Parts: sequence; structure tokens; C-alpha cells
Amino acid sequence: MTKRRRVLMKGNEAIAEAAIRASCDAYFGYPITPQAELFEWMARRMPEEGRVFVQAESELGAINMALGAAATGARVLVSSSGPGISLMGEAMSYLAGSELPVVVVDVMRGGPGLGSIGPSQSDYLLATKGHGHGDYRVPVLAPSSIAEAMELVATAFELAERYRTPVFILADGILGQAMEPVEQRYRDPPRSEAPWAVGGAAGRPPRVVRSLHLEPEALEAHNERLQAKYREIAGGEVRWAGERLDDADLAIVAYGTAARVARTAVARARAEGLRPGLFRPITLWPFPERELAEVASRVRGVLVVELSAGQMLEDVRLAVEGRLPVAFHGRTGGMVPTPDGVIDALRRLEARVRPAWTLPLVEAAALDRRPDPDTFSLFGDDAWRPLETTPRGER
Amino acid sequence: MSTTPATAVPRVVYRRPELLTERSTHYCPGCGHGVVHRLVAEVLGELGLGPRTIAVAPVGCAVFAYDYLALDFVEAPHGRAPAVATGIRRVRPDAFVLTYQGDGDLAAIGTAEIVHAAARGERITAVFVNNGIYGMTGGQMAPTTLLGQRTTSSPAGREAASAGYPLHITEMLALLPGVAYAARGSLVDPAWIGRTKAFLKRACEAQLEGTGFAIVEVLASCPVGWAMTPRDSLAFLRERMMAEFPPGLLIDRGRSAVSDRPED
Ligand code: SF4
Repeated sequence: MTKRRRVLMKGNEAIAEAAIRASCDAYFGYPITPQAELFEWMARRMPEEGRVFVQAESELGAINMALGAAATGARVLVSSSGPGISLMGEAMSYLAGSELPVVVVDVMRGGPGLGSIGPSQSDYLLATKGHGHGDYRVPVLAPSSIAEAMELVATAFELAERYRTPVFILADGILGQAMEPVEQRYRDPPRSEAPWAVGGAAGRPPRVVRSLHLEPEALEAHNERLQAKYREIAGGEVRWAGERLDDADLAIVAYGTAARVARTAVARARAEGLRPGLFRPITLWPFPERELAEVASRVRGVLVVELSAGQMLEDVRLAVEGRLPVAFHGRTGGMVPTPDGVIDALRRLEARVRPAWTLPLVEAAALDRRPDPDTFSLFGDDAWRPLETTPRGER
Repeated sequence: MSTTPATAVPRVVYRRPELLTERSTHYCPGCGHGVVHRLVAEVLGELGLGPRTIAVAPVGCAVFAYDYLALDFVEAPHGRAPAVATGIRRVRPDAFVLTYQGDGDLAAIGTAEIVHAAARGERITAVFVNNGIYGMTGGQMAPTTLLGQRTTSSPAGREAASAGYPLHITEMLALLPGVAYAARGSLVDPAWIGRTKAFLKRACEAQLEGTGFAIVEVLASCPVGWAMTPRDSLAFLRERMMAEFPPGLLIDRGRSAVSDRPED
């Protein structure tokens, strides 16, 4: 195999270029930080490739342009961040109801409201549980490195077309803004047939792409079909990765940038005599709940680390089903957990789950202090090494 | 003995346009939508555009337009038809793209989408049915409701002090250089219906000429929403609606609309 050249790329630009190499036909966007470079990359590169770029009047405009383009069978990407993603909730529900494939990149920033432009993972619940109205689910992919983000762009198009569904890629401000050396490894997945797409009813009966089913019986039947599809996705498309879980007695669950911090914490904590491993969901929906439950059956405690006030935490608790303590360490508002903060949380968890007669009281009290002030540079060198992607079903 | 002269050949005076399905509509007696559907079907048929048309349906009474017009259709969220049509237009430059919207859809919730599609000069043809009311939800005040007009959400009549003035959005759009064609028709009588059909045809031709965005507003009655008989509603249409919204051609920039924009 030929060695590909490694180049330094910004996450937002790498995602954009990966979409172009995956034969994305059209991109619709609106400026918002911290995804602006993705939008600007598309503004330059899509016309170069003879493809469609439109700067919409709003995120409402962008996602509805995407809806129209996708209805013709085109491969479509949109991207935004927090406030813009909120606006897209309406059309996401229509895309799900009309079963249209569109890939939506959310480069998450701090909220609620205008919040901040700092990195965050505060859209987990929005993406996995309830963005727009109605009974629907959206596959959510969470890359942890720029290289992985590039690969997941192709995966997202595949899932979107195979299951006729919008797909989220959940990145964050760090993943979008940071630069990493990446191999220029691109994938252009084959297109699924689209016998439902509109294009003019020449020599065939007219086609209608819609979500309206006014008869309750018809809408229930439609919903049952959607639910069957979601069960199929939940059964076959779970992705996750694990590191150092084989001999672990504590498991950290983290995704995206939080997983990068957690990995550094795992290495340092092991040097101190703790034995944590890292469980990293790559699909946030479907959540790898059975896989996590299996890991949980072999450890004494679970620590969830997020750049949020505890959103994935709810899914972890559901997967663990109260069988063992689930602790949480998170920072919000654009603040990022540090390895030291994670290690402190690990020590506290260790103290909680350690058999009582071995717990020195003084140590336990000392562990209760607040984590250090966090800054980017405190991650440690290890944080930016790409994480291994474990193939589905393996650990 | 036959009384029929040997020369009498049956003359077709009425025929269902090919692009109109046989389905009977759900529209109320006296509603304008059925007439507009027919005009659209006739015009597209005459221009031979049916097989390459992708139409966008609104939210409102005409949401079921796809049941009555034998065209490929995409359903848009409320007000978003111009954005949906933009997406279609850009990836399918060969298609003929038509939107169909009511006044609440186009002139209230979808104001940003229609203004910017027009400003970009998107090659789409917009059919805008203005009956001054939210019909489907039970007759509430719309952006085009007349001053003093009673609706279920302006029970004392629309007052400018609290509800502002009727929105003349087609006139606003006609100011934009991206708009190749803008006209307002009316369904008040057969003569106006004929003129409205001619406006629609020109608006379709504008798209074919690639000169920019085209819109035809059609003043139509909504007897149920207005709480009138169909006959009274035609009188209201003529005396009140057409006084507030004078029908006629607003702009026809012809072939030079977009290419000549810098000199405009
Ligand atoms: S409510 Fe008005 S617009 Fe709606 S179908 Fe009835 S008459 Fe037509």
C-alpha cells in the first residue's frame, strides 16, 4: 500500500474536503462560529468542482434548500453550530418524516442561548433525543479526531442513503478549529438507488415526497415503518471503540474531544496505580448500550466525562441500569476538562467503590477539591494522538 | 327524420387538462384554489412542461395540491417552499420548478424565504394565492387581511393600531432586480381569470428564458374563512380585495433581468 502524504488540516476544512471527495453534490450554509471555515471551504471548493454552494438567508433557508435538493436524490451536506442547529429542528423533523438523506454537521459551541463560541458537547440531547417534533430518531456520529471525522463523513452519507434518513455528525469547537496531521484518506461511497426521488414525471406516475398523512391510520402505519427502520439501525449500526478495558476496574465513558482528554487521564492514572479504561461511543444514537453494559459487568465503577453538564450521562445510566456507581465529570460554557480534573474524579470514584476498610478518610477528603483551572495546553501531549477506531463488535 | 344538420361536428368547450387528476378536491364551495390548480395545469400543459416540472406544495389549504396536479411534488415546511425550490433548482438546472403558496405561508412565516429567493433571482415560478385569511386553521387574520376585516383572531375587525396594515409583498418583490416577472391576477370573473392565466404563462416563460424569479399573486375568495356565501365573496373580492390589491402587471424585465443587473 502506498503511503499517503500527511498534511496539517483544520477539522472544519478536513470535514468539508471529505464531503467533496465523497461526491457531495450540494452544500447549503449560513455563517456561524465555530464552523465558519467549513462553510468557507465549501464556498471556494464546491464551485471549483462544478457543484452547488448556496449561502442561505438563514439556517432555516439552508436546511430547507437541503431538503429540496435531497428530494431529487442529490448527496447533500449542511453544517452549523448550536443556535443555527436549533433553527434546523423544524426541517429535521420533516426530513425524518419525508425520509430524506441529508448529512448535518454540528460543530457544537457553548449554550444555552447565544452562549459562547467555545467548544462544547451540549447538543447531545438535542441530537440524540429531541430536536424537532414527532417520533423520530437520527443517527448521530461523534468523531474524536480529525482523521476519524473525515472517515465518518463518508459513513454518514452511506447511512443517510441506506436508511433514507438525516444523519448528524456531532463535532465540537476544538475538533472544528484545531489542526492535526492527517493522511489524505478519502472515501466515496457508492450511491444507493433512489426510486423515490423527484425529477419530473416523464413516462412514469408522479412522485410525492412528503411527511403529511392526515388519516390517523395512515400516519400510524408510517410511524410503525419508521420505528422498524430505527430498530434496524439500532441493531446493526452501533459503533464504539475501547482502550485498555481488558484489565480495567474503572471505565471512563467519553466521546469526541472529551475522549481525547480521558485517554491522557487513563495513561496518567495508570502510572499512579489506578486501572481505568476508556469506552468511547462513536454512534451516540444508536448508543452502544449492550456493549457498555458488558463492560460495566466487569468494572467496579463508571465515570462519564463530557463538555456538558451531563447529557450522555443519562444514556450511560440507562445502560448500566443501576448495577454500579456512575460518576460524572464535566465542564460547560466552552471550558474543557483537564486530565488532572478527570484523574481527581477517578480517584473520588475509586474511593467510593473501594471496599470500605481500605479507605483512608483523610485521602477521601482531600480528593474532594475542585479540579484545576482548565486550559487547552493542559491536555498533555497524548491528547491529540488519533484514537484507535475499534471495528464494531470488537473491543 | 333527423333534425341534426349533417355538418354539426361536436365542439369541445370544456376538457379536463391532462395535468389535472380526476380526483375531486377537498376545497370548499366557491374556493379559489380549484380554479388556480386548473390554470396551472392548463399553462404547464400548453407549454409542455408537465414531464419536467418539480412542484413544491405549501402548508395550508393547498397542501394537497399534489393530489390534484399530476406532477412530481415535494412538500415544504410552512413558508419554506422558496428555499426548498432553491435546493431543487440548483441541483436540477434542467427541471421546471414551481412553488404554490398561500398568503400566510408566503407573506408571514415564509417572508424571509420568499424575499431571498427573489433577491437571488432563483429561476423559479411562484404561484401565490392571496385570499387574506388562514383558511385551513379556521379563518384567522393573515398578513393580507384588510383593515376592518373580521376574522377569528381579529373579531372586532383588523385594527392598524395593533395589527398593522395589509402586506403588499408582490409590490415589494417587484422592486428587486432578481425578479424577472411579477403580476397580480384575480379570480373575480372570467375576464380576470383569463388575464390571470396569461400572467401565469408569462411567469413560466420567464423561468424558461432564465431571466430570474417570477411570481403571480392571485386574489381568490375563501367563502368559508370570510363567512360569506360564494356569491357575496365574489363581491367582496371585487369591491374590497381588488381595491386594496390592484391587479395587473407589476414588472416584466424580460430577458435582461439578471444579466443586466449592474446597469439596472
Ligand atoms: S377554507 Fe377557504 S381557502 Fe381553504 S378550502 Fe375552504 S374556501 Fe378554500
